[in-house]
Order: sequence, then structure tokens, then C-alpha cells
Amino acid sequence: MSPIVKRKREKFHLPSKYLLLILTFLCVIMMGITFTTDYLGGSLSVVTGYVIVPFQNGITTVGTWISDRAEELGELKVVLAKNKELEQQVADLTVQLTELQQEKYELNDLRELYQLDEQYAQYDKVGARIIGKDTGNWFHSFIIDKGSDDGIAVDMNVIAGGGLVGRVSSVGPNWAKVTSIIDDNSNVSGMILSTSDNLIVSGDLELMESGVIKFQQLVDSANQVAVGDKIVTSKISDKYLPGILIGYITDMKVDSNNLTKSGYLTTAVDFEHLEEVLIIKQLKQKITQ
Amino acid sequence: MKKNIIMFFTVIFCFCLQSTVFRTFSFGGIGPNLLIIITAVFGFMNGKKTGTLIGFFCGLLMDIFFGSVLGFYALIYMYIGFVNGMFHKIFYPEDIKLPLSLIALSDTVYGIITYFLMFLLRSKFNFPFYFMKVILPEIVYTIVITIFLYPIILVMNKRFAEEEKRSAQKFV
Repeated sequence: MSPIVKRKREKFHLPSKYLLLILTFLCVIMMGITFTTDYLGGSLSVVTGYVIVPFQNGITTVGTWISDRAEELGELKVVLAKNKELEQQVADLTVQLTELQQEKYELNDLRELYQLDEQYAQYDKVGARIIGKDTGNWFHSFIIDKGSDDGIAVDMNVIAGGGLVGRVSSVGPNWAKVTSIIDDNSNVSGMILSTSDNLIVSGDLELMESGVIKFQQLVDSANQVAVGDKIVTSKISDKYLPGILIGYITDMKVDSNNLTKSGYLTTAVDFEHLEEVLIIKQLKQKITQ
Repeated sequence: MKKNIIMFFTVIFCFCLQSTVFRTFSFGGIGPNLLIIITAVFGFMNGKKTGTLIGFFCGLLMDIFFGSVLGFYALIYMYIGFVNGMFHKIFYPEDIKLPLSLIALSDTVYGIITYFLMFLLRSKFNFPFYFMKVILPEIVYTIVITIFLYPIILVMNKRFAEEEKRSAQKFV
């Protein structure tokens, strides 16, 4: 045997069980740190952002191209274009309609009280493309191709097609993660547009298939809320700007406590075919003490 | 060294594929779990150490982009990689039954652990629903993908083994 082989055998060798133990401790420590502070997420997201995001950008472009071609096989090109145009129109009109209704109700009784002269059409918005979706099947967050370099910050509201998509939950230099309102652990404080009654909208994986999400804790003592009413984000939400359309009530029932109502709503946004989103660059005003 | 670099890029490539292309081709919102395939396959092909490291790396990527707490998925994937590494001794490249059953088992364990920690603890008790609608479809889809992906990784691994043998001969 040559001496080189011998030297190789003497090389320091870490047994796999110790490696496992060390990495386990590392994981636990990281979990502890990220759970209590916001320190690790920032630095790691910068590094990985530059490695992963270019890949995802490229693959998404190719992937969207392929799926687009596949779609065209099934449907006629003309119909597709027409459909897109109409969808855009519907989205525009929905925004307009919500704005108009919002304006009407404000004019009627709220303007003097709240001085709400800003609608979300006037907010400074930036468009972004979705380049990646949650790799697991349990939650529904996605990655967009704009980050802190483009002025995106955590908690900015994300809309698409006239309705609320979610909010930015973490941000890297050239990417940001958006947690959608249909995500199983998302809760949004909303209100009924016509009566200004507050309620909580929460995403639910069990309901995802039927295309609805649920709302609860609606106090409607005057019994004026009906199926088909619009739900918008409430004024008391600490993350969401007021008056963004969430969806329409499809089903409602009185809770067993006889005080509150709960039920299901259809979201204004088609989450299945989401490709581009708008990020509102204005953050909800925060009171710091 | 070359092997490590290629493994690194395989993981990144699979992560990107999983978060982009396979999301567009998902059935009923369910996509395959490529990272489990990679973790398990490298685990039983190369032993416990590689399995542990690949699992840790795969999980960490998921944590950074989609997790709420850093280290959660890393821990799950790492242990899956380690356990798969234990089967290195009884692994033969010609036999596809062991890899398939190991990957299916790994994905099941991954699904059940995720359910327990992320859903059961938030008092979502409808386990049959989650099993039938999320865990099981994911396993089936993953297995189908494995049948196509496994031969590619096998060829890659064979190439590595040959190269290692050649470089070892060069020294002697």
C-alpha cells in the first residue's frame, strides 16, 4: 500500500450520528432565533435570493410558455384573447364599481366622520410577476419578482383584478413572499360594505376545493346583511388598508350563540390563475407609543 | 468535490422546478414533492451522511422561501435523509422496489408530521380529509415522478462511482 492511501484513512472523519446531532441543535437554535427575533431571515434571504430567484425567473418564463401553448391546444386562440380582454374589463369595472359604491356610502354618512378621501385607486402601486409558488401542498404563499430594491416592504397589501390577494410577509433584495388570504393560517379583518359590520375572514384548506373561504364573528343585530353582499377590508385592520374588496357572501348562518353569524364567501380574485399582482406601496398607518 | 457541486445544483434545480413548473402542472392544487425524492434517493445511494446533509439543505431552502420558522422543514427533511441513509447497506441499483417504497414511506411520514405540527396543533382535527385530499395525492404524484426521475439519478450516481474508482486507481 502506498503512503497516500494510508494518509487518507487517517483523515478526520465525523460520524454521521454526530453530524445529525449537531445539525439538529443548529435547527433548534435557528427556530428559536427566528421565532423570537427577525435576525437570521434577513441575511439568509439575501444570499439565497441571488442564487434561486434568477433560476425561478427563467423557469417560470419557460413554464408559463409551455402551459400557455398547452392551453391553446384546448381552446381557440381568439377565444382566449377575447376572454383575457373581457376579464381585464371585468376587473376594471369591478374596481370602478367598488369605488363608486364606496364613494356613495361615504357620501351618505361617513365622509364627515372619517374623512375618507383616499381610495385604493389613488394609492401608489407597483406591478410584479409571480415566479414561484409554495413547494408544499399545505399552504398557499408565493414568490414575486420584486423586492426591497424596488421599494417593497413587509406588510404591504397585494391586490389583483380588483380584489385583495394578501400581504407581503417576508422580503429579500429581489424577491418577496406573499401570504394569500386563502392560506390556512391567514386571518383578515373585514367589513360588510353596505352596513359597515365587522367580521373576520379566514382561509381554510378544507374549503379550498369548493372555491370559498369562511368568515366568522359577524355581528348583524339589525339583520340587514344578505347573501351576495360585498366584503371589504375593515378600517380597524392593522395590516390592511381600508376598503379593498375581498369577496362576496355566498352562504351565511347564525351561530349557535345566537349573537354572531358565520358563513362562506367567494373571493374576488381567481387564485388558481394568478400570474401578475399589484403591490400597494402605502403601508397602513401605525400608532407607535 | 465535483460530486458535491453537482449535488448542490441538483437540489437547487429541483427546488426551482417544484416551485414553478410542477405548480403549473398540479392536479387539484396538489404537486409532487421532488425534494423528498432527492433527499431519499441521495440518502440510500450514498449513506447517512449525504442523506442528512442533502435533507438539511433541501429543508432549509423551503424554510427560507416558504416557511414561517427557519429550521422546521430542515429538521424534518434531515431526519428523513438520515433514516433513508440507513438503508444504504441493503440498496441495490437494479432493484426499483426498495427505492419506490422508501420514497412513498418518506413522503407519508413527511405529510403526517406536517399535519400534526402545522394543523392538528391548531385544532384542525379532520385527519381523513387531509389524508385523502393532500397527503395521498401527493404520494401518488411523487411516485409517478420518481419512476421518471429515478433512472436519471441512477445514471448520474453510476458516473460518479466510476469516476471515483478511476481517480483512486490513478493514485495507486
